[in-house]
Amino acid sequence: MSIIRRPMNRRSLLKAGAASGLVLATPTIISRSAWAETNFRNDPTNSKSVTFGFNVPQTGAYADEGADELRAYQLAVKHLNGDGDGGMLNTMKPLSLNGNGVLGKKVEYVTGDTQTKSDAARASAKRMIEKDGVIMWSGGSSSGVAIAQQSLAQEMGVVYMCGLTHSNDTTGKDRRRYGFRHFFNAYMSGAALGPVLKKEMGTDRRAYHLTADYTWGWTQEESIANTTEGLGWETVNKVRTPLGAGDFSQYIAPVLNSGADVLILNHYGKDMINSLTQAVQFGLRDKVVNGKNFEIIVPLYSRLMAQGAGENIKGIYGTTNWNWSLQDEGSKAFVKSFGQEYGFPPSQAAHTCYVQTLLYADACERAGTFNPVEVIKALEDHQFDGMGNGPTLYRGADHQCFKDVLVVKGNENATSQFDLLEVVEVTPASQVTYDPEIFGGELGPYKV
Amino acid sequence: MDAIVLQILNGLDKGGAYALIALGLTLIFGTLGVVNFAHGALFMLGAFCAVAFNHVISLEKVVVDPTKTTAWGTPLEIRVPYLESWLGDTGATMLNYSVPLSILLAIPVMLLVGYIMERGLIRHFYKRPHAEQILVTFGLAIVLQEIVKTYFGANPIPQAAPDVVRGAMDLGVVLGFDPGTVVYPQWRIVYLFFSLSVIGAVFAFLQFTTFGMVVRAGMADRETVGFLGINIERRFTLVFAIAAVVAGLAGVMYTPILPPDYHMGMDFLVLSFVVVVVGGMGSLPGAVSAGFLLGILQSFASMNEVKTILPGIDQIIIYLVAVIILLVRPRGLMGRKGVMET
Repeated sequence: MSIIRRPMNRRSLLKAGAASGLVLATPTIISRSAWAETNFRNDPTNSKSVTFGFNVPQTGAYADEGADELRAYQLAVKHLNGDGDGGMLNTMKPLSLNGNGVLGKKVEYVTGDTQTKSDAARASAKRMIEKDGVIMWSGGSSSGVAIAQQSLAQEMGVVYMCGLTHSNDTTGKDRRRYGFRHFFNAYMSGAALGPVLKKEMGTDRRAYHLTADYTWGWTQEESIANTTEGLGWETVNKVRTPLGAGDFSQYIAPVLNSGADVLILNHYGKDMINSLTQAVQFGLRDKVVNGKNFEIIVPLYSRLMAQGAGENIKGIYGTTNWNWSLQDEGSKAFVKSFGQEYGFPPSQAAHTCYVQTLLYADACERAGTFNPVEVIKALEDHQFDGMGNGPTLYRGADHQCFKDVLVVKGNENATSQFDLLEVVEVTPASQVTYDPEIFGGELGPYKV
Repeated sequence: MDAIVLQILNGLDKGGAYALIALGLTLIFGTLGVVNFAHGALFMLGAFCAVAFNHVISLEKVVVDPTKTTAWGTPLEIRVPYLESWLGDTGATMLNYSVPLSILLAIPVMLLVGYIMERGLIRHFYKRPHAEQILVTFGLAIVLQEIVKTYFGANPIPQAAPDVVRGAMDLGVVLGFDPGTVVYPQWRIVYLFFSLSVIGAVFAFLQFTTFGMVVRAGMADRETVGFLGINIERRFTLVFAIAAVVAGLAGVMYTPILPPDYHMGMDFLVLSFVVVVVGGMGSLPGAVSAGFLLGILQSFASMNEVKTILPGIDQIIIYLVAVIILLVRPRGLMGRKGVMET
C-alpha cells in the first residue's frame, strides 16, 4: 500500500477557497444581523416601556421657556401613549404612529435641568443616559448648550433632538450625526427678513448692530449683515455686548449720533428685553435720521420675550419659528390640545420640542427599531407635513429642517396678553434653503 | 462732546443705583460690622414691591363672554381692572403712576424685612468671622431669589414709567448743543435726582438728628457709646432696616429702566461691593463718591473709541480701577484707619 500525494490543481484550490470563505463569512453575517438588533446603548427590547429624556432649563434666565418646553414634552408623551385628543398626531403626514406608544412600548420620561450652562447640560444628559437609560433626549434654550449636547450624543451613541437653538453652527460647523434640529437658524432669519426689510424700509439704510457676545450672536450678526448689505444697506458699526449686561445704556447712547437709522438687536431672552426697552426709552423710535424714521429690528423673536418687553415691541420686525395664531390644521390642533391642557397658548419653544418628540417616535416606527443608526437613517431626508410649518424636509446632509419661516412684527393692536406678534409674511422654505457646505462641518460616523 | 455728555449722564445714572446700594452696605458694615451679601437681594425685593403693587392695583374683574371662544375652544374672558371700573379716571391715573406709588408699599415692607432679617438671622453672626457672615447672607440671598422666582417666574416683568416721564428729553438745547444731539430718557433723569435726594436724606438724618449722632458715634467707637448707657444694639437694628429701605427704594425706582427679574440683585451686588471697597470700608461719603465714579468710568469704557484701542475694557474697567486704587490707597478713597485691617 502506498500513499500517493497528488498535487493540488487550480480547480481544487478555487473550490477550497470558496468553501473556506463561506464558512468564515457565515458567522459574520449572522452576528452582524444580531448586532443590528441588539448592540446599541439602552436597548429597550426586553422592556415594556421606553424612556425619553427631557433636558430643559428649569432654573436660570430661561426657566420660563424651559417650563413651556416641558409642558410640550409631557403633552407629546400623552399623545404618543394614546391619551388626550392626539394633537398633531391627527394632522401629521406621513404618520406611522398609532397611539400605543412607540413600537408597542409605553413611553416614559425623565427630566433634567440644563441651567442654560453647557457643562450642567452635559452632566444632566449623561446622567439620563447612564442612570435612567434614555433612548433619546431633547430640549434646551441656547445654542451653546445644544452644541455641547450634540457632541455628547455623538460620543455616547444616543440621539439628541435639539430644542430651541438658532445658531448657524448647530447644523453648520458643529453638526453631528446624532443631533437633529427642527428649529430654524440665523441664516434663515436673514433670508426671510431681507425682502420684508427692503419693502418696508427701502435699500438706502445705515445699520448699527448690538450683538450678544457668543456663538449665536456672532452667527446672527453675520447672517443679518450679509442680508442687509445685500440689499444695499451700509453697516455703520457692529458692537459686541456681554451676555447678561443688564443695563445697555452705555451701548445704546453711541447709536444716537452714529448716523445710523436702523438698530439691529442681536440679543435673545433677557438681554433682548432689556436692550429693546432701553433703546425705546432713549427715544430711538421717535428719531428721524437721514430723513427717515429710525427703526429697530429684532431678528429672533419669541412670544415669551415679547411679553417681557411689553409695549416696546409694537411695530418692531423680526422672525419666529412658529406662532400660535397660525391657522393651518397642525397648528390649530396643537394650540387646542395645549390650551385645553394648560389654559394658555404654546410658545415657539414648546412647538419645536413637541414636534421633535413626535418626529423621533415616528422615525422609530418607520425604522422598526430603536437602533439609533436605523432611526437616524429614517430621519435623514424625511419629508413631512401637518406640523405647523408647511411641507418640511429634514435634510440628511446637515440634519437641519427646511420649512416656511415667519416674518412677524410686534402687534400694534393686541387683543390679549398672548396676542403679541402679528405674522406679516410666511417666507416659503425654498427662499431660505441654502447649500449645506457653506457653513462647513462634518456629521461624523453612524456607528460610534 | 455730545457723546461724552451722554456717557457722563449714563454713568451718573448707573452710579446712582450703585451708590444707593453701596450706601446701605456701608451703613450695615460700619454699624454692625457685618458683610451683607444679601443686600443685592434687598434691591431685588424692592423692585418686586413695585411689581406686587402693580399686580394688586391691576387686579381684574373677569367676565366670560359665552358668545366668543379662544383659539383652544374655551369661552373668551374679558378682563377689566377693578380700580378702573370703580374709580374711573382716578383709577386709570393710579395705574399710570404705579411705580412711584409703590414706594408707599415698599417703605413699610422693606423696614419689616430689614428688621426681621437683623433680629432673626444677622444678629447671631455679629461675632462670627466675616467668611461665615458672607456664607450665611449669600445663602439668604439665594433663598429670597428662589421665593421670588416661585411667585413671579423667571422672566423679567416690565414696569412702565408714568406717561409724563416715559419718553426721551432733548437736553442738547438746555446744555447748549445742537438740538437732537443729547437725547436722554426722562425717567433716568428722574432716577438720578431721586437717588441724590435719598442720599441727601440719609446724610441729613445721620448728621442732624440725635439718632443719627448716636449712630455715628457708635460707628466710631461702639464700646464708649455703650458705656454711656445707650442701647446701641436697638439703634443698629433700625439702621439695618433703614439700609434695607434705601436698597428697596433704589430697586423700586429702577424697575422702568430694567424690567425686574429674580436675579437682578446679584448683578448689582458684586459691583456694589467693589464700590464699597474702592470708597473705603465703612466710609459713607466714600461709598457714594465711588459709586458715581465707577458708574462714569464704566460708561466711558463702553465707548466705541475706547474699545477700539482697548478691546474688552468695558468688562474689566471697574475691577482694574479697584486694583489700582487698592494698590495706591489700601484703605480705599476715604477708608477709615483700622477697618478690616486686623
